[in-house]
Amino acid sequence: MKLPKFGLTLHQKQKYKGVWFILPWFAGFIFLFLIPLINSLRYSFSTLKVDETGFSIYNAGWSNYKNALFQNEHYVRTLTESLLNMVINVPLIVIFSLFAAVLLNQKFKGRGLARAIFFLPVILASGIIASIESGDYMQSVIKNASSSTSGEFAMFQNLQLAKLLYQSGVNHYIVEYLVGAVNRIYQIVTASGVQILIFVAGLQSISGSLYEASKIEGATAYESFWKITFPMISPLILTNVLYSIIDNLLTSPTTRQIRDTAFKNFQFGLSASMAWIYFIIISIFLWLVAVLISRKVFYYD
Amino acid sequence: MKTETAQTQQGVMSQLGQRMAKGSFWANKLKSWLWIFVRSVLICGISFIILYPILIKVMIAVKDPIDMYDATVVWIPKHFTLDNFALVSKALNYPKILLNTVLLSGLVMLLQTFSCVLAGYGFSRIKFRGSGLLFGCVIFTILVPPQTIMIPTYLQYKNFDVLGLISLIQGQPSNLINSYWPFIISSMLGMGLKTGLFVYIFRQFFRGIPKEMEEAALVDGSGTFGTFIRIILPNAIPSVVTVMLFSFVWQWNDSFFTSMILNDAKVMSSMLSTAGAQILFFLDTPGASSKPDPLYLSMIQNTAVLMAILPLIIMYLFVQRHFVESMERSGVVG
Repeated sequence: MKLPKFGLTLHQKQKYKGVWFILPWFAGFIFLFLIPLINSLRYSFSTLKVDETGFSIYNAGWSNYKNALFQNEHYVRTLTESLLNMVINVPLIVIFSLFAAVLLNQKFKGRGLARAIFFLPVILASGIIASIESGDYMQSVIKNASSSTSGEFAMFQNLQLAKLLYQSGVNHYIVEYLVGAVNRIYQIVTASGVQILIFVAGLQSISGSLYEASKIEGATAYESFWKITFPMISPLILTNVLYSIIDNLLTSPTTRQIRDTAFKNFQFGLSASMAWIYFIIISIFLWLVAVLISRKVFYYD
Repeated sequence: MKTETAQTQQGVMSQLGQRMAKGSFWANKLKSWLWIFVRSVLICGISFIILYPILIKVMIAVKDPIDMYDATVVWIPKHFTLDNFALVSKALNYPKILLNTVLLSGLVMLLQTFSCVLAGYGFSRIKFRGSGLLFGCVIFTILVPPQTIMIPTYLQYKNFDVLGLISLIQGQPSNLINSYWPFIISSMLGMGLKTGLFVYIFRQFFRGIPKEMEEAALVDGSGTFGTFIRIILPNAIPSVVTVMLFSFVWQWNDSFFTSMILNDAKVMSSMLSTAGAQILFFLDTPGASSKPDPLYLSMIQNTAVLMAILPLIIMYLFVQRHFVESMERSGVVG
């Protein structure tokens, strides 16, 4: 007896068999992401009381949001500070990492060593080490000793730079920005490990024949950077901008405040509403940036 | 024959001489030398900025306490010692913490890589109505800050229960806080630290592998999972290496989840946040009226930070050569 032909063709089967591979991830997505996310939204509209047996929830309406935005003395200030920091730092990080990647992509002696050092922040950029560093006693002693022996020369140089820029008629705000960037160079360098890595990998995947052709046509190095390197790497600029924003926000003062509100003051509802306000602002910001940049992005294929 | 070569040689020499006589030749030469100089200065400077904190820590760590108040000693100590390391190792129970951290990071790395490889492969192959939406969920997990789901996650692990099964057996949901289970569960289900990014990397990579390869294996009688293990995985080694590296390092450095879930200092990153108090407790001899010297305390703390990152740096020395190569071939940039 011939069985009735039912079932799917090979291609149709292949389309669906991927589902089996996704299942573990999907279970995790539902149980460890979606349900907590919905719960978090629910908590943000309620008051939580935790006791030994578990916790009880009371409906609180919008009061948590009102509390976070209008009553809490720190939240709005920290939030604006975090966002402002991000707006200032992200362009610097992306420009610096592109610059560093172009440097590292050239051929010179000791390139392997230089690369190894430049990627070191990928490993060392962690919030906890930085937070210990900033308030350290012994290190500040050494720094003071070094700067007194070299005659406060870092500060002096900055003033010189600022003066030079002012006199050449650069806008006041731009000068402030640049001087600030020089002062925060350590912060910027340590935050750009992954970005440099992505840019270097991207630069290496640009085919050399493009440069050869442009060189034969008489393009200078400067022209070929703006006409070849920059457009070819522009999708990665988008990736890196988004990555930097997310990365920057993970260690911002706001996230610390959200955590302290939950686990030090035990105001779970307030903390959840703070986290939601934060999340919504980030999403709007990310969406805006993505839309603005992706207009300019050039895709080779 | 001989004269011919001599003639051509002479010709080359004279050409070179003509070129050297031109001003533009020297201008170009000067320009390239200048650029090399500027480049070297920049690279050295930035390298110094990156290495500075590590150097300063090494210098502090090998310094004898006698040198602390010596005004002539700023960077290089007069008396080298390894006592600080021994003290940190005793005060913080370093070998045990190191073992714990390596085990936890290693386990998380393996589980995370495996679950993300599966998911990434699945996402690269499915194609039905709503599959784009499903992948949108992956992007969504990257965008949502972990702080948003922090409290429910904490409460979930505090009263852990799978569809009421555990309370059915035990009578009450089990408390997983202060154990390694939350890490194992979340990494096994691909919902650990930044796993959305890993799924994305794998999906981009597997999209570049032609489907014909799997079809050939299928025709030869290999099953779906057999094909995956024997054909697909060996091809994915560069991206697997990248993801493993990141997974290991981020788990090692993570203080957000470890401090939330592990209350006692059991791993490196949560150890660092309490290191100061612990060292103070260790140095505080009963009966002594004076408190330990804050400068000395800071010195020991610096040593502790150095020891926490030292294993990572050593590991990095061995694997950094594969960094760029694997990133390039992992499909993030393509």
